[in-house]
Amino acid sequence: MSNTMARSFLQAVSSSEEVAPPLRVVQMEGLAVLKIIKHCNGFSPALVTGQLLGLDVGSVLEVTNCFPFPIREEDEEIEADGANYQLEMMRCLREVNVDNNTIGWYQSTLLGSFQTVELIETFMNYQENIRRCVCIIYDPSRSSQGALALKAVKLTDSFMDLHRKNNFTGEKLREKKLSWVDIFEEIPIKISNSALISAFMTELEPESPVAQCDYDRLKLSTAPYMERNLEFLIDCMEDLSSEQNKFQYYYRSISRQQAQQQAWLQKRRVENMARKAAGEEPLPEEDPSNSIFKPIPEPSHLDSYLITNQTSNYCNQINGVAGQNFSRLYLMKALHEN
Amino acid sequence: MAVLQFFTPSSPIVSARLHPVVLFNICDCYVRRPDQADRVIGTLLGSVSDGVVEIKNSYAVPHNESADQVALDVEYHRNMYMSHLKVNPKEVLVGWFSTGFGVSGGSSLIHDFYVKELKDSVKDLKDAQNSVPPLHLTVDTGFRNGEASIKAYVSVNLSLGDRPLAAQFQEIPLDLRMIEAERVGFDILKTTVVDKLPNDLEGMEASMERLYALIDDIYKYVDDVVEGRATPDNDIGRFLADTLASVPKISPAAFDKVFNDRIQDNLALVYLSSLIRAQLGVAEKLNTAAQILDLQSGS
Repeated sequence: MSNTMARSFLQAVSSSEEVAPPLRVVQMEGLAVLKIIKHCNGFSPALVTGQLLGLDVGSVLEVTNCFPFPIREEDEEIEADGANYQLEMMRCLREVNVDNNTIGWYQSTLLGSFQTVELIETFMNYQENIRRCVCIIYDPSRSSQGALALKAVKLTDSFMDLHRKNNFTGEKLREKKLSWVDIFEEIPIKISNSALISAFMTELEPESPVAQCDYDRLKLSTAPYMERNLEFLIDCMEDLSSEQNKFQYYYRSISRQQAQQQAWLQKRRVENMARKAAGEEPLPEEDPSNSIFKPIPEPSHLDSYLITNQTSNYCNQINGVAGQNFSRLYLMKALHEN
Repeated sequence: MAVLQFFTPSSPIVSARLHPVVLFNICDCYVRRPDQADRVIGTLLGSVSDGVVEIKNSYAVPHNESADQVALDVEYHRNMYMSHLKVNPKEVLVGWFSTGFGVSGGSSLIHDFYVKELKDSVKDLKDAQNSVPPLHLTVDTGFRNGEASIKAYVSVNLSLGDRPLAAQFQEIPLDLRMIEAERVGFDILKTTVVDKLPNDLEGMEASMERLYALIDDIYKYVDDVVEGRATPDNDIGRFLADTLASVPKISPAAFDKVFNDRIQDNLALVYLSSLIRAQLGVAEKLNTAAQILDLQSGS
């Protein structure tokens, strides 16, 4: 009896699972935010990851808790250990009534250099198991500047489609009208706290009118940060130009191949005319065994798209910091003149 | 003659420092506690140095409480502790927490358990010099006397001769400044809903406004003192003088030069990044054009 009921419940769930509304907001609990920040800062500059737990409510994804992963090592035994750890942690957290529903993962990043093939692959893995998934990115280096560098990203649906078919030729990308901007989608983050926390924090907020983040924001020395950013940017440009070279090489070899094909066809036609005049059967105008008809594989556009994304990310960061620098400098000037 | 004496711990804990994540976690556990439970208890993890305990992490442990006995899920505690050690071996057991106001009856039983547990874990880690007695943290989630009271205790054994008589919980100072929370910003942590994270420039604006308000306050104070409206305070005066003196003395010409150089540098950077962005746009267009041409010539 209960079995049938369970089944009908499952059926009901699966039938109600038609078209999910698009994900609009990621709502994070202050607890999850603090846990992520603590884990990422504690291990910085090493990059760490962890799992996000929460609920999927309509167009809002609620992140209510999270737990860190131990630093990964390239060993199969340890990998199995890691899976055990994950299960154990989920089980333990369920016992104290934490939402044990995986909704994605978080990771720290260095200067926002998160747009990698690994991230896409991890995302695809998660996406296969859970209907809706998000990745929270935290940047400790930017946070030392006094900003809360928290970002929620997901892959766009059209990109995921393409990735499943593993098809990144220029033709397909153009068909879908997918450009490098459309790989990642940033989702606005909302933060919520329980009333209890809110009461505690209001009570405990120090009297002092200046907080640590004000000091961080008004610090004048941003040179090291800028330098790192520029260094990364230059690396990216180099990668990009080598990608471009790859494409140029590809186009050049295509046009060379076409010229060869034309020449061969010309020759064959002349030959055929001669044969016709002599009353013989004409030879076919195609020869698949000939190496010049073999299609040249097109290099994947994915890498260059990712690099382009990174580059524009660095550009944005540089612009942002430079903008802040202007404000700081003018503030300094005003102070000095007084 | 029997002598009533206190045994002070071998390396006493002087004070404790609380990481905001612990407070958040305790409150979250309290909100999610089982139906019939009055309080939640759990383990505190952290590190000890120079008598200062830094409480960095915590997790709740399920328990059952009746009139005069407490049953703690020991297995759960050990599992969770092992899991936490895997992630961060530096965060070791430092004590336990409980919600509620002050120390209650069952507390000494649980405390004894943690004393034993701590001794065992220290034996495991072969880290004897760091052995300090466990800490007991209470968080009054009921706001019983109208304020958020968070207190830390260590237990001191009271004995008559060799016979243990009782354990006394002594309160120790607890540092609640929570620099980590300041970095994130209390604006985000103290309200129940924040719709949008402040971006770089908005944060900057807020900071500058605060600075501006502070400078205004100082102006007002100095004016008041000069005009005899407020009683002068030598300490504040000295503080202001120190602050003014900390602004480096540079000649206007030199300052202008430094200032203009920095502005130029930044402009160059902005120019460079805009250039690269334009370049990216052009490259994309060219690539598409090349593909289309290629397609046409191919077909």
